[in-house]
Amino acid sequence: MKYVDEFRDPEKAKALIAEINALKTQIPQLASRPLQLMEFCGGHTHTIFRYGIEPMLPDWIELIHGPGCPVCVLPMGRVDDCVALAERPDVIFTTFGDAMRVPGSKKSLLQAKADGADIRMVYSPLDALALAHKNPDRQIIFFALGFETTMPSTALTVLQAAAQGVQNFSLFCNHITTVPTIKAILDSPDMQIDGFLAPGHVSMVVGEQPFHFITEHYAKPLVIAGFEPLDILQSIWMLVKQIASRRCLVENQYARIVPPAGNMPALNAIEKVFTIREFFEWRGLGSIDHSGVKMRENYADYDAEIKFNLPNLKIADPKSCQCGEVLKGVIRPWECKVFGTQCQPETPMGALMVSTEGACAAYYNFGDLDELLQKRETLSV
Amino acid sequence: MCLGIPGQIIDIIDPNQQLATVNVAGVKRPVNIACIIDEAHPPEACINDWVLVHVGFAMSRIDPDEAQKTLALLNELGEVQQEIDAMQDSQTTLSS
Ligand code: SF4
Repeated sequence: MKYVDEFRDPEKAKALIAEINALKTQIPQLASRPLQLMEFCGGHTHTIFRYGIEPMLPDWIELIHGPGCPVCVLPMGRVDDCVALAERPDVIFTTFGDAMRVPGSKKSLLQAKADGADIRMVYSPLDALALAHKNPDRQIIFFALGFETTMPSTALTVLQAAAQGVQNFSLFCNHITTVPTIKAILDSPDMQIDGFLAPGHVSMVVGEQPFHFITEHYAKPLVIAGFEPLDILQSIWMLVKQIASRRCLVENQYARIVPPAGNMPALNAIEKVFTIREFFEWRGLGSIDHSGVKMRENYADYDAEIKFNLPNLKIADPKSCQCGEVLKGVIRPWECKVFGTQCQPETPMGALMVSTEGACAAYYNFGDLDELLQKRETLSV
Repeated sequence: MCLGIPGQIIDIIDPNQQLATVNVAGVKRPVNIACIIDEAHPPEACINDWVLVHVGFAMSRIDPDEAQKTLALLNELGEVQQEIDAMQDSQTTLSS
């Protein structure tokens, strides 16, 4: 893959970069270390690499690429559960295409399908529900994953299934939540992040309010950002401006899509169907309190975790995997000892190599691999 | 999966089930509109609306210019084709 050649509206981009540069003298901390800004969302990571935004920025700004790719962070044990469900003869297992390649401890869904499991890629949970109507003698399980952006869709599908009295449809719920995860990153002792670009489409659902504790309790500025390259540059500028003027607020750069209060019907559906889990296990990050949701008891009939027996084993990440450090900005992706060698997009060891939205895969695909590996060599001597 | 794709509502299939047909980059598919309707904007009023579609659900109304800009971006990122392939594969799965 390569960069998009033409940055649309290069003049505006240049003007923004000049504005950012002009703020440098107002940030005293730069004497000791660069600013570290985290974009949480994999969609942002993708735009940043695709449009070559990092090289455009001054060297005193470092972008830390967050864990916000829901496919990447699925732990191996959960993938094993999926495979176990999919291999039941009475089951048609349905999933978004993105999840097919995520490695489990024995196989991915793609391999399970090749081995004969009835696994079907669907575009929408509604399509999985339609399959349930068409196949009354089979159990249709939908693999529900994603942050708050996709939660309303699976919640509304369950509500519809319940209203229609469908009995052969259930969710394997692996939805995760944004804010507790940002909190976990902020709570880790080696954390140095100075500000956040918050995910635009999650915010479209949840609104601005849930992010206030980050500015209030952790005193880190935050800007809700859109996905155009100019959105990202503008959001970085807004963040740096806040830091330069010692302000610490939730600002909304993506107001054209994100209403301050979020989306009420979507939030209502989430509230009806889901409730917070005490903790959820993440690939690369370990267990994070309150970072996932499960289905409420009144929807137990639609909960694959209750309806079927799951192996539910905890499988540790490989020892050499350093995803956690990369996520916290302690090391850069190419500094991980297995980057580009044992860990590659075709044979990912860690979460961040799994989808094109993961930080390690982005460096692998868009960077100069030889150069990066050489840089790592010089570091380790 | 997370970025979604803009499409235009062309008719209402079933106001009770909150289902509408949306034209997404030339592909027509049923989309749930529960998240973009309220008393002030009932299903009938949705025809011709541009919406951001995530995995079969309209999540937000957007203005037509914004829709075109987003489509151009997604096209550059190769995401339009991906979404359309996913929709079409899903339709094949359903009819088989
Ligand atoms: S190279 Fe692989 S193991 Fe290392 S941090 Fe990246 S994804 Fe994790």
